[in-house]
Amino acid sequence: MEKRIVTFRNVSFRYRESLPWVLNNVSFSINADEWVAIIGHNGSGKSTIAKLMNGLLTPQEGEILVNGTPVTPETIWEIRKNIGMVFQNPDNQFVGTTVQDDVAFGLENRGFPRKEMVKRIKQTLLQVGMEAYTLHEPHRLSGGQKQRVAIAGVLAIAPQVIILDEATAMLDPRGRLEIMETMHHVKEQHNVSFIMITHDLKEVVRADRVIVMSEGKVVEIAPPRDIFAKKEKLQQSGLDIPFVAKLVDELTKLGTKLSKEPLNHDELLEELWTLYLKR
Amino acid sequence: MDIIFEKVSYVYQKNTPFEHQAIQNLSFHIPSGAFVAIVGHTGSGKSTVIQHLNGLLRPTKGEVRIGEYILSSDQKIKELKQLREKVGVVFQYPEHQLFEETVVKDIAFGPQNFGVSQNEIEARTKSAFEAVGLSEELRERSPFDLSGGQMRRVAIAGILAIQPEVLVLDEPTAGLDPKGHREIMSMFKRLHRENELTTILVTHSMEDALEYADHVIILDHGTKYMEGKPEEVLIQKDKLQAVQLDVPEIIQFLFRVENIFGVKIPYQGQSIVDLASELNRLIRGDGSSE
Repeated sequence: MEKRIVTFRNVSFRYRESLPWVLNNVSFSINADEWVAIIGHNGSGKSTIAKLMNGLLTPQEGEILVNGTPVTPETIWEIRKNIGMVFQNPDNQFVGTTVQDDVAFGLENRGFPRKEMVKRIKQTLLQVGMEAYTLHEPHRLSGGQKQRVAIAGVLAIAPQVIILDEATAMLDPRGRLEIMETMHHVKEQHNVSFIMITHDLKEVVRADRVIVMSEGKVVEIAPPRDIFAKKEKLQQSGLDIPFVAKLVDELTKLGTKLSKEPLNHDELLEELWTLYLKR
Repeated sequence: MDIIFEKVSYVYQKNTPFEHQAIQNLSFHIPSGAFVAIVGHTGSGKSTVIQHLNGLLRPTKGEVRIGEYILSSDQKIKELKQLREKVGVVFQYPEHQLFEETVVKDIAFGPQNFGVSQNEIEARTKSAFEAVGLSEELRERSPFDLSGGQMRRVAIAGILAIQPEVLVLDEPTAGLDPKGHREIMSMFKRLHRENELTTILVTHSMEDALEYADHVIILDHGTKYMEGKPEEVLIQKDKLQAVQLDVPEIIQFLFRVENIFGVKIPYQGQSIVDLASELNRLIRGDGSSE
């Protein structure tokens, strides 16, 4: 069996007793080295999951395990070494006056020796493609570049899980692409799980599995291909379906028989071409 | 109100080491009642353009005319307040500007500042609630207890209550889920249609530019790079990619079809349903789309 890195067992959470549950009996697990996307409408509880995972919030009911250890006030400091977070607004998470100082911040807090810090800063900036900006001021970078530096800062402490909480929401399409490419690049070199909270369906398509949240509940956990096959369920949850999935739906209505649920242009065109040759 | 940019340049922090030319010799004309999308990647000068539209900035060179109001480097306009009443700007993440104790007070803040009478404010807030699809039950709630999507609506309602003639939208759906995105955009489309509201949408989304605008202006490095009807501009793949923009997904797909099948399906604003039947004919070998 694959190693489970994060487990939620019947977790419920609300901010105050007088308020409704934000998460209601949520259970799932995330494997080591897995890429999981969490999608859901605004207010569905996605970000709450992220905050529970590293102990920023504590559930009223249920249990959260990270690497087999329950998340409790006693264990959160140990657990936070293993979970890195990148937030939505790149401007709210910079502390350093240069890119390298910023990446150094997390390492300093954890008391790494200088030699090791220098090595890690260099390595991680290289991995996110920002090595040419080591001495630049973070606030002068583009949105995509800022988020790459934020990812480098998280990578430097070598966590087992990196959570990106709508980390691309404020970026332009080019910035979004930069982040996706950076994530792929990092994934090739590290054993790290990515948990990506997002609305962008192009990002969801690249995940290993997708967790669909609605009204504080998990409504679906499956690979993207299976998720997008259940279009009605997605739409009921206030979500959209990608262009290709919509087109496949309409083609199917017209009697075109596609063998699997194509996820991208290439897959759909390949199937259409095959049908064309067999006409 | 027609909006005319006449050879406008703007330089930030002029005569300092941080001097930065944000827009350069930019000219365009937005006729009254149009729905225009301004597109460009980060740093292309979009925000600087917006800030000229309600007089937050004055051109370093050239002239901006908004109806009868003229902004230029050498004259400060006296009627700045009037201009700001006529041009409503919904900035990015407008909910960050909410501050009042209750939703209804926050919406009323704008018109109050412009000296609108209490009766009139009451009528305007009522119709603003309706326009943005907010339940009036939320009137007395604190805006900070609302969800992100609701807060966004309150902020937009506050601008609508001023009853501007021009509505400027800076990435109005950033951070909203797909349903919220659709609802907010259709609301702007409806307001535009019903009230002949001149609407300027600043966006990264080529999909939105294609779907909602009737004119598109592409900016690059502070200059006008392309301009025209969305269905004519947004199909120019090579030209757009040269400035790090992409064509909308449906058009990307049509290019791929052309490459593979050697058959061109032109983009004519067809829906996905129409496209599916065109493709269906194509793979069955009906010559009708060739």
